Amino acid sequence: MQETAWQVSLVLMLMIAFGVVFVAINSGKREEEYGPLVKRAYSFRTKLFWAVALVFFPAMIYNLTGLPYSSKAVASSGPAEVINVTGHMWYWEMDRDQVEPNQPVDIRVTSADVNHGFGIYDPDLRLIAQTQAMPGYTNVIHITFPREGTYRVLCMEYCGVAHHNMMTEIKVGKS
Amino acid sequence: MATYTYTPVPDQGAKAGVLAYLVISCVVLLLMMLFGLLMRMEQAQMISIGALWFYKIMTLHGAGMVGIVALAGAAIMWHFLRQYVDLSTGIFMANLILFLTGVVMILASVLLGDFHAAWTFLFPLPGNSMGMWTPGAAALFMGGLLVIGVGFVLLHLDIARAIISRYGGLGRGLGWPQLFGPDDGNAPPPAVVASTMVTIVNLVGLVVGASILVMMLVNLYVPTFEIDPLLAKGMIYFFGHVFINAVIYMAVIAVYEILPRYTQRPWKSNKVFLASWTASTIMVMFIFPHHLLMDYAYPKWFLITGHIIGYLNTFPILIVTGYGAMMIVYRSGIRWDMCSRLLFVSLFGWAVGAMPAFIDGTITVNYVMHNTLWVPGHFHTYLLLGMVAMVFGFMYYLGKPNENAPDSALDVAAFWGFVIGTLGFTMSFLYSGKISAPRRYAEHLPEWVPYDKIASYFAMLLIASVLVFIFRFLTRLGLASRDYQRASLARSMAT
Repeated sequence: MQETAWQVSLVLMLMIAFGVVFVAINSGKREEEYGPLVKRAYSFRTKLFWAVALVFFPAMIYNLTGLPYSSKAVASSGPAEVINVTGHMWYWEMDRDQVEPNQPVDIRVTSADVNHGFGIYDPDLRLIAQTQAMPGYTNVIHITFPREGTYRVLCMEYCGVAHHNMMTEIKVGKS
Repeated sequence: MATYTYTPVPDQGAKAGVLAYLVISCVVLLLMMLFGLLMRMEQAQMISIGALWFYKIMTLHGAGMVGIVALAGAAIMWHFLRQYVDLSTGIFMANLILFLTGVVMILASVLLGDFHAAWTFLFPLPGNSMGMWTPGAAALFMGGLLVIGVGFVLLHLDIARAIISRYGGLGRGLGWPQLFGPDDGNAPPPAVVASTMVTIVNLVGLVVGASILVMMLVNLYVPTFEIDPLLAKGMIYFFGHVFINAVIYMAVIAVYEILPRYTQRPWKSNKVFLASWTASTIMVMFIFPHHLLMDYAYPKWFLITGHIIGYLNTFPILIVTGYGAMMIVYRSGIRWDMCSRLLFVSLFGWAVGAMPAFIDGTITVNYVMHNTLWVPGHFHTYLLLGMVAMVFGFMYYLGKPNENAPDSALDVAAFWGFVIGTLGFTMSFLYSGKISAPRRYAEHLPEWVPYDKIASYFAMLLIASVLVFIFRFLTRLGLASRDYQRASLARSMAT
């Protein structure tokens, strides 16, 4: 997902850069009659609007599939294992830290004091899931760990002077 | 029937109050940039200031930057808006005095009281410090924000009064009669439309922000006055998002007002323009759920609203304002100087920064990129290369000795240093976000450090360039207050 976000961003940013450079290069020689130029530009803008709309609207709808708020994606694989997590300044309290790979897991996250962010990093240090740990609320991450290994948990919401040290681990499989 | 004839408008010098705003903006902006550099150098392991100082500087950097870009944006808005409506200089200066009072309170809170709960003061962290700061320090910080907010409320109330008095209502300030009825060509100019939009959203945002600040101040001393953390977060991010977004919509007035003077082409408040500003008025107020996508406790429809508006919000930026600037410059014969370069590049900065922003507002992306360095990556792009470029463009406009004055090689080098430095700095942020480096970490894991180093070098280039901009403006302060032709006339095909 991160790779896709990066590449899509780069492409869009480069397209804008191309347009800006094109205009800058073509800015030196003056076309005195602005009216006809405006008409051509408005006509092109209408086409541009529809081009952007035809890309953005389907992308916007498509990206509403697979939202992390529901457990439907993993429900078919059987009953979920549960990890109860409470964030504290500045440590994580978890009632278990080992699960099996390819098994659905519900991670129920809350906080005992201030806001924290429960971020799960895979063995390659890539963020694969997160939710807010907020006092008074329990947010549930529905996840199936795809492979064995040690997954790191980092705090994703600034919570004070030791925020960056608020780390723990979830072991998946026998590792 | 639309006409495309440009009517020359005389260039006016800045009032003393506007110059006071801008000089303070220069000083604070530079200081906050240096604070930002210190943070990146700490993460890059090039210096060692420790976690406490890192988070204190981070708190000052956030509060200081948000406040100072708002002040600079207000200076631009007030300078041009007063050419159309009758604004109160007394209120304008009262805002500055309240701002400085708030700044002193925030500085004391952080430097003397060790407050370091970040500028977002997310409840209940300010009142739950584990002994790191006192309730008094937290109250001083939140009180400082409140005082600054009161100043801006006064300023916007005065702007609302002046627009209503001149045009007959805020709806008329947004050009609704021309938008929803026949376009008689009498819609307010872009500066008025933009100021109306900013005033509407900021008044709502500031009232919400002040409400949560007062609630939290009461809670500090009367803990039995309980606050729902989810409600508090929603209110804080509503205020924060509206307020920081409004600064760009204030500063873009410089582009609307100055680029036509360089190109001798009008920037019309036509139906598309008016529709886009009305849409932005609504969207800026309803897009804030994209900050809350990882709070699953909110209703799903509410979070999906943030996702959808994130996509829609790119249209006014790309298709109307960004495209409008391209249209007015294309084959215009514009003479490039520091002012026109910075204003032109500012639209590029705004538009490119909006791309990683709306992508981060995509819920499935946010799930793995929220609160990583991707976030400061996108907002530094549109604030630095967008909003701040508009401010410096305005400063070069005010200080230009005459319409034909050439730029020195140092200034031109600083322009390119600013563009390259900002892009290198922000792309390092975005790349660090791509590899999942979290934001607001005093210490980085070894895997993230190389990109922190790259970012630090680009930040140094950026700050060196800004030093030139600021030096040039301060040495030309005497010119900035005078009325004379500044904008270079476009080349004619005949010449």
